[in-house]
Amino acid sequence: MTCVATQLSNRTLVKGSRSTRSTIALKLTMAISGLVFLGYLILHMYGNLKVFAGHDAFNEYAHHLREFGAPMLPYEGLLWIVRVVLLVALVAHVWSALVLTGRARKARTAKYTVKKNIASSLSSRTMRWGGLAIFIFVVWHLLHFTIGKVNPDGGPTNDPYNLLVDSFDVWWMTVIYLLAMLALGMHLHHGTWSAAQTLGLTNTAKSRATAKRVGWVVAIVIAGGFALVPLSVLFGIVTK
Amino acid sequence: MAFLDGTTQTNQPSVQVSDDAAGFYTPGTPLTDPVAPTGPIKDRWVNRKFENRLVNPANRRKLDIIIVGTGLAGGAAAATLGEAGYNVKSFCYQDSPRRAHSIAAQGGINAAKNYKEDGDSTHRLFYDTVKGGDYRARENNVYRLAEVSANIIDQCVAQGVPFAREYGGLLDNRSFGGVQVSRTFYARGQTGQQLLIGAYQAMERQVAAGTVEQFTRHEMLELIVADGKARGIIARDLVTGEVSTHLADVVVLASGGYGNVFYLSTNAMGSNVTAAWRAHRKGAYMANPCYTQIHPTCIPVSGDHQSKLTLMSESLRNDGRIWVPKNPADAEKDPRDIPEEDRDYYLERIYPAFGNLVPRDIASRAAKYQCDDGKGVGPAVREVDENGNEKFVRRGVYLDFAEAIERFGLDGVREKYDNLFDMYQRITGENPYETPMRIYPAVHYVMGGLWVDYHLQSNVEGLFVTGEANFSDHGANRLGASALMQGLADGYFVLPNTIREYLADGPFNKIDESHPAVVAAKAEVDQRINQFLSIGGTRSADSFHKELGRIMWEYCGMDRNAEGLKKAIGLIQDLKKAFWSDLKVLGTADTLNQSLEKAGRVADFIELGELMCVDALNRRESCGGHFRSESQTEDGEALRHDEEFAYVAAWEFGGEDGLPVLHKEDLIYTAIEMKQRSYK
Amino acid sequence: MNLTLKIWRQKDASSAGAIETYQVQDISPDMSFLEMLDTLNEQLNEAGQDPVAFDSDCREGICGTCALMINGQAHGPEVTTTCQLHMRSFSDGDTITIEPWRADPFPVLKDLVVDRSAFDRIIQSGGFISANTGSAPEANSVPAPRDKAMRAFNAATCIGCGACVAACPNGSASLFLGAKITHLGELPQGQPERDSRVVAMVGQHDHEGFGGCTNIGECTAACPKEIPMDVISQLNKDLRTAMKHGL
Repeated sequence: MTCVATQLSNRTLVKGSRSTRSTIALKLTMAISGLVFLGYLILHMYGNLKVFAGHDAFNEYAHHLREFGAPMLPYEGLLWIVRVVLLVALVAHVWSALVLTGRARKARTAKYTVKKNIASSLSSRTMRWGGLAIFIFVVWHLLHFTIGKVNPDGGPTNDPYNLLVDSFDVWWMTVIYLLAMLALGMHLHHGTWSAAQTLGLTNTAKSRATAKRVGWVVAIVIAGGFALVPLSVLFGIVTK
Repeated sequence: MAFLDGTTQTNQPSVQVSDDAAGFYTPGTPLTDPVAPTGPIKDRWVNRKFENRLVNPANRRKLDIIIVGTGLAGGAAAATLGEAGYNVKSFCYQDSPRRAHSIAAQGGINAAKNYKEDGDSTHRLFYDTVKGGDYRARENNVYRLAEVSANIIDQCVAQGVPFAREYGGLLDNRSFGGVQVSRTFYARGQTGQQLLIGAYQAMERQVAAGTVEQFTRHEMLELIVADGKARGIIARDLVTGEVSTHLADVVVLASGGYGNVFYLSTNAMGSNVTAAWRAHRKGAYMANPCYTQIHPTCIPVSGDHQSKLTLMSESLRNDGRIWVPKNPADAEKDPRDIPEEDRDYYLERIYPAFGNLVPRDIASRAAKYQCDDGKGVGPAVREVDENGNEKFVRRGVYLDFAEAIERFGLDGVREKYDNLFDMYQRITGENPYETPMRIYPAVHYVMGGLWVDYHLQSNVEGLFVTGEANFSDHGANRLGASALMQGLADGYFVLPNTIREYLADGPFNKIDESHPAVVAAKAEVDQRINQFLSIGGTRSADSFHKELGRIMWEYCGMDRNAEGLKKAIGLIQDLKKAFWSDLKVLGTADTLNQSLEKAGRVADFIELGELMCVDALNRRESCGGHFRSESQTEDGEALRHDEEFAYVAAWEFGGEDGLPVLHKEDLIYTAIEMKQRSYK
Repeated sequence: MNLTLKIWRQKDASSAGAIETYQVQDISPDMSFLEMLDTLNEQLNEAGQDPVAFDSDCREGICGTCALMINGQAHGPEVTTTCQLHMRSFSDGDTITIEPWRADPFPVLKDLVVDRSAFDRIIQSGGFISANTGSAPEANSVPAPRDKAMRAFNAATCIGCGACVAACPNGSASLFLGAKITHLGELPQGQPERDSRVVAMVGQHDHEGFGGCTNIGECTAACPKEIPMDVISQLNKDLRTAMKHGL
């Protein structure tokens, strides 16, 4: 195996560095946008769990979301605000991820022939691919539940409860969602701890251990909470 | 004891009667320190700082200073002179200034702060240092060292050196090396590292400010002396092989000690004498080269492959008991199975008053004698006896913590020594909590070095020497925690105040690379490099170095005598011939070539080794780290001869095939009286 | 024991390199890893082959010069420096792959020797407390709380070897950076420059081409001085504070 020598690094001192232009600023962007997603996921999961309250309660909730804040807000006003915030967070999250990934790649153009991982978790090593997987899933999820609203049983529908139950009655649909929740759980497991660290909240061994535990709890609660719905449909606990 | 203020002379110049080294040297003219201050000792440095001329700030940036070495002495000097506005060029062979070997010092740094209110003072630190050096140090320099010691701590704390602190947030002190006051400041077991990082950061700040230019992975290979003044150096870029000339108004050597002349020592692999030796060959006197400190608590040699020795902190002797089996046949036994009555706690037996805490040189020699008698333990290592026959000797004695573990419990011992025990286990593979440690003395520090005056200027005008590279402050033996003190004293506070007296006459006439002295120095370096590469022999530089080390350790180590030293001189001369005819260095000069670097260093070590033996041969007395078996009391203790040897032996290079020339500088004391040591 | 060594050989910074295979015999378990390489070099020298260039100096684990990637781990399988790794950690017949630190800001100079001067420049950019010689107040005039002084000390045990960079999949020097920020930032003397220091040092770190931290912990696992990840959190916090102060 051969390898071309790396270029000599830029051997000058920089002047006028700004905190806002640093890798850490990008990391902060990642952390904050990630926390926005985390907040949204908690609300979303709460809504999903309404499914256990039955057909009418769930549909009532879905409808109420659109009328939230009326008459101060127009119909679907809150949803659009949330959508805009999420979109901005998405752009920030993906953009900083791309820049940081690019920098990391450039920091090691010559690879090791043998490299072991000693301390890093699987979830920490799969953040980039896991993030991509979640992104693709979200696109598909939006097409399915928000834009297309295609019921596998009988075409477009405006009954969210029925759409949900009919969808998860299809086994492969449930598998897709469960895999996505696994990816989400892993992403949250490392992402939560990493955000705490990036925000500088883990300056002691104790707070570090706490942040790692919180990472596990968030991952299990959110991924588990979301997974509960399709599993309940599949096992016939939730039916039409 | 009576307080002496430095106004009354307490001794007469010595007159040497013996002449063991006759035929190995040429007597030279007496030497005096031309700038030695007089008067009450406490005023000498204060007055001198005032008397030394100032350099106009506008002129400073026109003055170029070369500093070789970036340890405590060199790094601190580069930072301070940079801050003052001079143009500093700093050189080190390491890949970063932060890696200089000052970093490895463990114990601490002394300072006469008297924070414990236990009777310490500048005068007491001065007194302890001169006494510890067995009255072979120059009192002016030592007093100044004690005087600035307190400023060092202030400076280091301001830079962010994380010294150990008490619960109230104030600095902690401990007593060190058998001294009765607590004056040692420390940062766990890595005081050297923390102090060096402080100096390094101060120096890097000046690099950013543009006053210091740093040349890492550069080795000084020649000193340029033009028109009687040191004016620059020739250095080789160790990465590209480029040999370049650097000119300046003054050259400072802060290149450390030469303990690696013994091949095995606690020094770093790269520590070498080349910078100092090249200066010596250009006229600088080498003073007291035979004064070597051998540290008693090191991890023993495990085999022929050994490349370096590791020090275990002296503090271990506070709680460990040293012993050997009475019966050599027990050497192979598990030490835990040897009953109490078959053990010889020889230090406690011979020195009941001090026991295991006798000074370093005494503990070291005692261990050597036990092993010479065949009572050593651990693996038998190959040695060559006087007749050239191979023999296998166990070089190790037990340092036993069983009793300490009984007394303080396993956790108590762990709390005190866990990092040292871990290090021991890592290196030897043995668990010292279960089985006694094995230790043996190793070369640790050299008190000798280039001769300097009170201003730290050598006899070559414009060449200043600081830190371990000079000879000035420790006499024949150095106290624990005083090496760091000296390095930083020289770098931060002494040199910057003395070099200005010299630089006040500058800038000196500009010289360029066409100056005959520069051309000649450059040609010498090129010629030498080519020669190393073209000998085309069969042996690596390392194998010559190993052989030199064996000769030095056998004949110029802990116990020296005239017969052995003469033999060693012959052996070294033969080795030198073999080196220059049978050396094998592969590769080329225009690339990173570690064998080539090594060859140059070994060539200089060989010449130094010979001079060390001549110096040791001449000094027919036992003082500090230098023990001559011809000079001992009836019960085998070191015996000094102040009437003959109270002088600094400053050696002038005698030419390629000539004999070295001995210049004597009398040691006259006015603030302390000479006394014999006794530890019985 | 007998071993097979697969070692990265590269003539100089501008040449291509490759892994070469060597055999060494009769290696004692008491040898240090570097003494094993010394043995190989003695063998190569005898055979007229160019010895393997590698960095080492103090060989007692404190100077930070030695730097080898051994079987995919920075400084090898033990938590220590390469020079303190001993051959008893290996077995007869083992194959050992030895590579230089790999990071673009640490270019290879020859074989296993890399250029770590980027670390010096990070320190130059602000890794110090500005206190000219002579300007210091009496040392005990400013007490430093003991727990903070201990944390500063623990961070200051960094030896600048670069194992954190070598082990990090992003080639980030955040642990090195965080150790210095924490060391100086925990001391009262370090406060005046605290904001400007972190901004300048992070700026230089990025400029040198080191990657960003993803908090995965490979650095701290490879660190021979076991510097914990909380120094990186401290680094992030200090930068965030500086940002708030408009720097």
